[in-house]
Amino acid sequence: MRLRWLVPTVYIIFLMLPIYWLINMSFKTTNEILGGFSLYPRNFTTASYVEILTNPVWYNGYLSSISYVVINTVISVTVALPAAYAFSRYRFLGDKHLFFWLLTNRMAPPAVFALPFYQLYSAINLFDTPWAVALAHCLFNIPLAVWILEGFMSGVPKEIDETAYIDGYSWPRFFVKIFMPLIASGIGVTAFFCFMFSWVEMLLAKSLTAVAAKPIAAVMTRTASTSGYELGLLAAAGVLTIIPGALVIYFVRNYIAKGFALGRV
Amino acid sequence: MNKTLNNRAWFMVLPVLLLVAFNAIIPLMTVVNYSVQETFGNNLFFFEGFKWYEQVLTSSRFHASLTRQIIFTLVILAIEIPLGVAVALAMPRSGPWVPVCLVLMALPLLIPWNVVGAMWNIFALPDIGLLGYVINAIGIDYNFTRQPGSAWFTVVLMDVWHWTSLVVLLAYAGLRSIPDAYYQAARIDSASAWSVFRYIQLPKMRRVLTIAVLLRFIDSFMIYTEPFVLTGGGPGNTTTFLSIDLVKAALGEFNLGIAAAMSVIYFLMTLLACWCFYTLMTRGDEQ
Repeated sequence: MRLRWLVPTVYIIFLMLPIYWLINMSFKTTNEILGGFSLYPRNFTTASYVEILTNPVWYNGYLSSISYVVINTVISVTVALPAAYAFSRYRFLGDKHLFFWLLTNRMAPPAVFALPFYQLYSAINLFDTPWAVALAHCLFNIPLAVWILEGFMSGVPKEIDETAYIDGYSWPRFFVKIFMPLIASGIGVTAFFCFMFSWVEMLLAKSLTAVAAKPIAAVMTRTASTSGYELGLLAAAGVLTIIPGALVIYFVRNYIAKGFALGRV
Repeated sequence: MNKTLNNRAWFMVLPVLLLVAFNAIIPLMTVVNYSVQETFGNNLFFFEGFKWYEQVLTSSRFHASLTRQIIFTLVILAIEIPLGVAVALAMPRSGPWVPVCLVLMALPLLIPWNVVGAMWNIFALPDIGLLGYVINAIGIDYNFTRQPGSAWFTVVLMDVWHWTSLVVLLAYAGLRSIPDAYYQAARIDSASAWSVFRYIQLPKMRRVLTIAVLLRFIDSFMIYTEPFVLTGGGPGNTTTFLSIDLVKAALGEFNLGIAAAMSVIYFLMTLLACWCFYTLMTRGDEQ
């Protein structure tokens, strides 16, 4: 039993190895990468990062990814707030069916939707804009937001609502002034998960954009296939996509399980 | 919580309903539409009935990718669930190391899926990748772009790397909800570690483990980006899972009827899994 700490330690080392290797590659020159195997960069260089941060093709990829992710997060959380409140406080006609139907959209394979989405968003002239991807990602992010928020809201006793109504609060005023501050951490966690799931999804993001709103993933794929073996650049671009998650993860560490389990833990 | 009956709550749900319906129902209807029609270009469509469904259900290509998909999902579950529970059990229950463990373990979950594929590609390259180099150095011939066995090994290992932490985090959340009094009682009865696990920890984790199994089942069933970036479905077709096959048929070969029929069948399968998920989960809520 003394050696119990070994299990998580070994597991974490296993998790860190590929990430280390990516970081290692990103600081090597192309010659060194192709020259052979080495455990750490011998000719340490930041050329790949400089290239990404100065070449518009690269940094525009990041900017368009961030723009659709932010739009999506704002839309998802805004519309999910009243809906989650309704599900957590009221019974209404078809509520259970509706809740289940929302879930089916979180579980639907994006591959099924890739082609019809392409046609739908072309038809309404949104193809190749951040809005197309932001709206398409609502397919799984709104259900996710509703489920997580419902989980948080059900933890707030109903007496609070009733007291506020007796005190003469109207519903919108109660919701914004009293209820939202009570579930502030829940809203933060929900926004984090919407951000994350929109950030990591690539199949829809790629099929709904061509040139102008190309996400960073598509830029990476193109680099990997056309300019041959620019592994250093590819690695540096990968490292930069990990950073947003790594920065905010500390703040949600206690809610990660809840978020991934749709608010049900 | 006892909820009040209020049909005006529909107005609060309406924006969600409209946005999700726009994204879910229109495309789904498009798919159903294509799946019963034949086209010869020029936007001319003819009703074909269930011809495409028959073709898909009897095609050996669909059977092959479905079989691969099922084997992959079962292998993933058989590895990730026990491993995740084992790691969660070994984690400290309190102390300064808990947040460190949680943050480091959650990191793979937050990496874009194509980056996961690219990262493992670089990691597993036989000549310059750490994994590939080490395996070859100990005398095993390994090349994931050429050998089906190596490709499967790499794809499975990548998924274990990517998603086991989800099981760990869920199982750990379940373990933390067990009051200390349970362990004290077990100590007084001088219960063995196994019976503590069997009679205290496992029953308390049952609900979160159900969620973990079903989430991993469904998410691995629709896996696309990671194996696509890593192996491109190859070598040959050996790692072409359902989603990869579907995108190939729809966007690669532009075989609309076949792809649409496949989509509908695929969607119905996930719907069934989803229904099981919902039933098991809401039953847990009521307890």
